[in-house]
Amino acid sequence: MDGFLNALVVFANFVFLPGLAYGAQLALGALGVTLVYGILRFSNFAHGDLMAFGTMITILVTWWLMGMGINFGPLPTALLALPIGIFGAVAMALFIDRFVFRFYRKQRSDGIVFVMASVGVMFVLNGIVRLIIGPNEQRFADGERFLITVKEFRDLTGLAEGLAVRLPVAITIVVAIMVVAALFWFLQRSKTGKAMRAYSDNEDLALLSGINPDRVVMVTWIIAASLATIAGVLYGLDKSFRPFTYFQLLLPIFASAIVGGIGQPLGAIAGGFVVAFSEVTLTYAYKRVLEYLGFAPDGLVQLLSTEYKFAISFVILVLVLLIRPTGIFKGRVL
Amino acid sequence: MSNTQRIIFLYAGMALLLAIVGVMQSWTLSLTIMNLCLISAIMSLGVNMQWGYAGLFNVGIMGFAALGGIAAVLTSMPPVPGAWQAGGTGIGLTLLALIGTIAAVIFVRSRTRGVMRTVSTLLVAVAGYFITRTFFDPAVEAIEAVDAARTGYLGGLGLPILFSWLVGGIFAAAAAWLVAKIALGLRSDYLAIATLGISEIIIAIMRNEEWLTRGVKNVSGLPRPVAYEVQLQQAQWFIDLSAKLGTNPIFFSAIYVRLSYAILFALVLIILMWLAERALNSPWGRMMRAIRDNRDAAEAMGKDVTGRHLQIFVLGSAVIGIAGAMLTTLDGQFTPGQYNPLRFTFLIWVMVIVGGSGNNWGAVLGGFLIWFVWVEAEPVGAWLMALLTSGMAATNPVKLHLADAAPYMRPLLMGLILLLMLRFAPRGLIPERGAPSIQKR
Repeated sequence: MDGFLNALVVFANFVFLPGLAYGAQLALGALGVTLVYGILRFSNFAHGDLMAFGTMITILVTWWLMGMGINFGPLPTALLALPIGIFGAVAMALFIDRFVFRFYRKQRSDGIVFVMASVGVMFVLNGIVRLIIGPNEQRFADGERFLITVKEFRDLTGLAEGLAVRLPVAITIVVAIMVVAALFWFLQRSKTGKAMRAYSDNEDLALLSGINPDRVVMVTWIIAASLATIAGVLYGLDKSFRPFTYFQLLLPIFASAIVGGIGQPLGAIAGGFVVAFSEVTLTYAYKRVLEYLGFAPDGLVQLLSTEYKFAISFVILVLVLLIRPTGIFKGRVL
Repeated sequence: MSNTQRIIFLYAGMALLLAIVGVMQSWTLSLTIMNLCLISAIMSLGVNMQWGYAGLFNVGIMGFAALGGIAAVLTSMPPVPGAWQAGGTGIGLTLLALIGTIAAVIFVRSRTRGVMRTVSTLLVAVAGYFITRTFFDPAVEAIEAVDAARTGYLGGLGLPILFSWLVGGIFAAAAAWLVAKIALGLRSDYLAIATLGISEIIIAIMRNEEWLTRGVKNVSGLPRPVAYEVQLQQAQWFIDLSAKLGTNPIFFSAIYVRLSYAILFALVLIILMWLAERALNSPWGRMMRAIRDNRDAAEAMGKDVTGRHLQIFVLGSAVIGIAGAMLTTLDGQFTPGQYNPLRFTFLIWVMVIVGGSGNNWGAVLGGFLIWFVWVEAEPVGAWLMALLTSGMAATNPVKLHLADAAPYMRPLLMGLILLLMLRFAPRGLIPERGAPSIQKR
């Protein structure tokens, strides 16, 4: 019985909790992509770099606060800096929309032209981020590191294995729940949220009923940029910040949005967890879990090496496109 | 100014720019730039087929170019007999197991229905995976252990490297076929996302599968299709020739080698250009443009839109693969680390948009011009930076930061060029010829 419990703890420690945190981060990112898709009707390739931009501002403010001697007690200082990061990212998103995307909207350009413009934006943001903060890895997490340490857990339960709950993981989950609850309340209950859903559903009907499209678009960018920054900061606290990593997050984020059904907020969340758990479970080496269960495997029992985690997002994407192109939650007819 | 005059004028301008570099910096540099310009032009020709003829957005150019690079290694490097002995059987069995698994999955899927179908497919796939791994893992270990410092991989076929250009095209075409089969026919965004994904995966495979490509240990010393400088400098006929021309043999050998590459590359470019122009002006080309400009109308006329898109996507990718193999040939080594999306995907896009999408002459000009700007941006940028900061002390933190950050001006600049062109001059430097009434045939 102890063996089984120990195996369970190892699994929870190395697969379940990291997967949960990563899934929440992906879900927040995918929500932004899916909202932009639902309202503006294009896949925003600049989303990963918008995440990096917002996170960069948060990091800079965090450093400034640390320099001033201000901290947030046991919580990371970055949470204090987050509102300013969000503000910066929102300002940037609105600026980009005004000078890049609005023009094509007025021209009623083909969707693919938007995608191409967003790739241009992606590289401009990429350049700005590297110009300001450099391409290197930055760590900005401070405060307590653990909610429960391995030792505390062992003492508490008397098991050989410990379950460590890292503070960034706990924060990610709490913040994600709060943000998602607020977002759903906004979309379902508030007038602007209803206008957004109407606009996403049928643009012409929404315009006929007097919904102001400019306002809907503006609110969409505000929400998308806020979600991107929150997701980026949480990811950075959990792991670390590196501009290139954020660019690479684009693929799992797209996969999450499409798996869940693009244009469906609920789908984006489900998709985020599907992608995250597939990635973590398939790249984890199960040697220790199996040992506790009474097997003695020769190798590491790792199904896929971690370098191929992007391949997993891609395979999921391909399977969904082949089997159910509308995604789990019946997204837009594609 | 008619389009023809415009083409002549702009191409002459491009030649002048290269000549200026030759005079101001050095002729070897000028030829080096030109060789890469030629390869870039071929890549942008391939992308122009996809985007300009058919409106397909490929964000995975890097992956297709990298497949060309692998082709160069697998075709031209001598095989490593020790590695084949150690792991050849294992790799062969792995391949068999893989094919067997795929066949079994297809068979099971054709015989079952509903929930049974999903369950049995999963079971067969998992079983196949483990069987494949039992052959694959020991084989890989054995191969990578063979003289790991110098080889540790299977090597190639030992054929002349020129063949690899063709093989690179075939590899890229096969990958493109797979992607297009999945993503075409759905929304246009999906092709973009799928190509982004496949290119990341190709790069990941190249970095990690050491038994195939040596991974980050790189493969250097690829055979050359042209003469080596050192051999030239010792050959009597060459020394005589350079004496007759009144040049230094060492300098002349560098020029000679670069010129031979340039002639080879130009030949490929001319052939591809001729084919592309022929295709574009044939009934097939008119059909492609009709599909691009009004998909529904073309479909109503009985044209197979998805089929044609698949065709053009595969052809365009093959051209990119050829260029990728040529690039690795020119480098003389295969370094997976060099593939990054900025240089290999995005830059090519800027070339196509700036040159003029839909027009082959424009795409080729874009390839030349943007590569030239890309290369020359560095000395000019460093010079500008030095000029701007000349008043500051050497240890001034602003100056140091600016000097460090200078390389990241490139993505910013290229992104801005793309956005500005897309907005203010979407037709590019050499626009596509307009409606038939304007054309003078």
